[in-house]
Amino acid sequence: MTEASETRTHGINMDALERPVGPSDLANEEIALEVSNLDLHYGSSQALYGVNMVIPKNRVTAFIGPSGCGKSTLLRCFNRMNDLVDGCQIKGEIKLHEEDIYHKRVNVANLRRRIGMVFQKPNPFPKSVYENVAYGLRIQGVNDKRKLDEAVEKALRGAALWDEMKDRLNDNALGMSGGQQQRLVIARAIAIEPEVMLLDEPASALDPISTLKIEELIYELKQNYTIIIVTHNMQQAARVSDYTAFMYMGKLIEHADTNTLFTNPSEKQTEDYITGRYG
Amino acid sequence: MEKADLGHHISQQFNQELEDVRNRVMQMGGIVEQQLNDAIMALTTMDMTLAEVVVTNDYKVNRLEVDIDEECTTILARRQPAASDLRLLMAIIKTITDLERIGDEAERVGRMALKFSEADSKESKALLGIGHMGERVQKILHDALDAFARMDAEAAVKIAKQDKKVDEEYENILRQLMTYMMEDPRSIPRVIGVMWSARALERIGDRARNICEYVIYLVKGKDVRHTTSEQVGNDARDHHKNDE
Repeated sequence: MTEASETRTHGINMDALERPVGPSDLANEEIALEVSNLDLHYGSSQALYGVNMVIPKNRVTAFIGPSGCGKSTLLRCFNRMNDLVDGCQIKGEIKLHEEDIYHKRVNVANLRRRIGMVFQKPNPFPKSVYENVAYGLRIQGVNDKRKLDEAVEKALRGAALWDEMKDRLNDNALGMSGGQQQRLVIARAIAIEPEVMLLDEPASALDPISTLKIEELIYELKQNYTIIIVTHNMQQAARVSDYTAFMYMGKLIEHADTNTLFTNPSEKQTEDYITGRYG
Repeated sequence: MEKADLGHHISQQFNQELEDVRNRVMQMGGIVEQQLNDAIMALTTMDMTLAEVVVTNDYKVNRLEVDIDEECTTILARRQPAASDLRLLMAIIKTITDLERIGDEAERVGRMALKFSEADSKESKALLGIGHMGERVQKILHDALDAFARMDAEAAVKIAKQDKKVDEEYENILRQLMTYMMEDPRSIPRVIGVMWSARALERIGDRARNICEYVIYLVKGKDVRHTTSEQVGNDARDHHKNDE
């Protein structure tokens, strides 16, 4: 009897046992963003330490980690929101489709058009629903009523808000519920057709049903956009993301496909965090 | 993650719940082991009282299975466990299913023992072979439960391989029983009883091996239950060569 037939008759798949866990499918993905050796200081304190990672295109990547681990800071690096912080110094490189976004020739407004962002608390402008969504396009100089109508409808449909709001386009956005407002700002972000969407705790101020609607929306959006979401809610990361990155004390500890990370993480720190243990 | 540890959750309550459910699995394992030992003893020594005990005690195993299942469901619903905690619960849910079936097989052996009120000499000889196979199966089950208790994947790999020897002994017993049946057709009904018992023991060996596979999954996070299709392909080719 040969070794192979012995394995079959007696069940234990020694090959599976000896095969190393990961590296995951990340290597086969098309890359949208690439971070190399990123260090970030706020004044004298360092917030990010040598972060290296790739963000795959048309996928949802979730950043998880305890408060102050640097996940929001890293997210804000992707559309240079940290430029606005006094004393913030960044070393290293972030490339969006091979272009360094920190190059001095880069037009930051243009970059933020390509990489949109949605925050924890919905922040609609005190204008009508229609004008909120049309805002970005008007700034770009689009004034053709028909074009605007089309874009607004498309964005509201994309944000799963059209059916609820189509008869209330002239209502003030501030009168909408929290969940609707959050979907409205997502509509505002997608109206200008960015390549990447950064979502910073997009559902943490919402009730469970609105949260599920946002999560469903994220699933729809990834067909067209690359999405990065920061969340404190691990179950949410497990539900919505394709890849998950765990950060701790300013370092990227583990970045793997979500199934692997939540069933069989390779780092003990990740295991401790997602199972609710102290290290 | 090479070592699964049940403690050190921030929630002490969660530690306690996992520890409790694990202890109940060990308790269930202990009862099943005892049932198997008693069933084999009853069969080989023709102890009818002991056989009765085995048959009536199976309900304890069944009840524990239902209780542990319920505890696991509650933990899944309330705690949403991840990583090693999730694998522990998956391993437990699967292990208790196999333990319950081992209990059923032990009960079956007990029922067979009840049928052999008086053994003639040939059947006692056949039962001798069963006794030896029974010891081997007892050892495998004991070691498998031990590996589960200690979460020892290396031991589990070794124990799982022992099942092969049980299968070989089963084949030998079958051949022997066929000879008896050919020699004396009147013995067939009783020999079939012995054959069913041997079959039950062989299945217990398989199920103990399953438990070892769950231990490996729990500790290593790797599913080793089935070989890949290409291995099966290689295997088929090897058989073909051997035939030539």
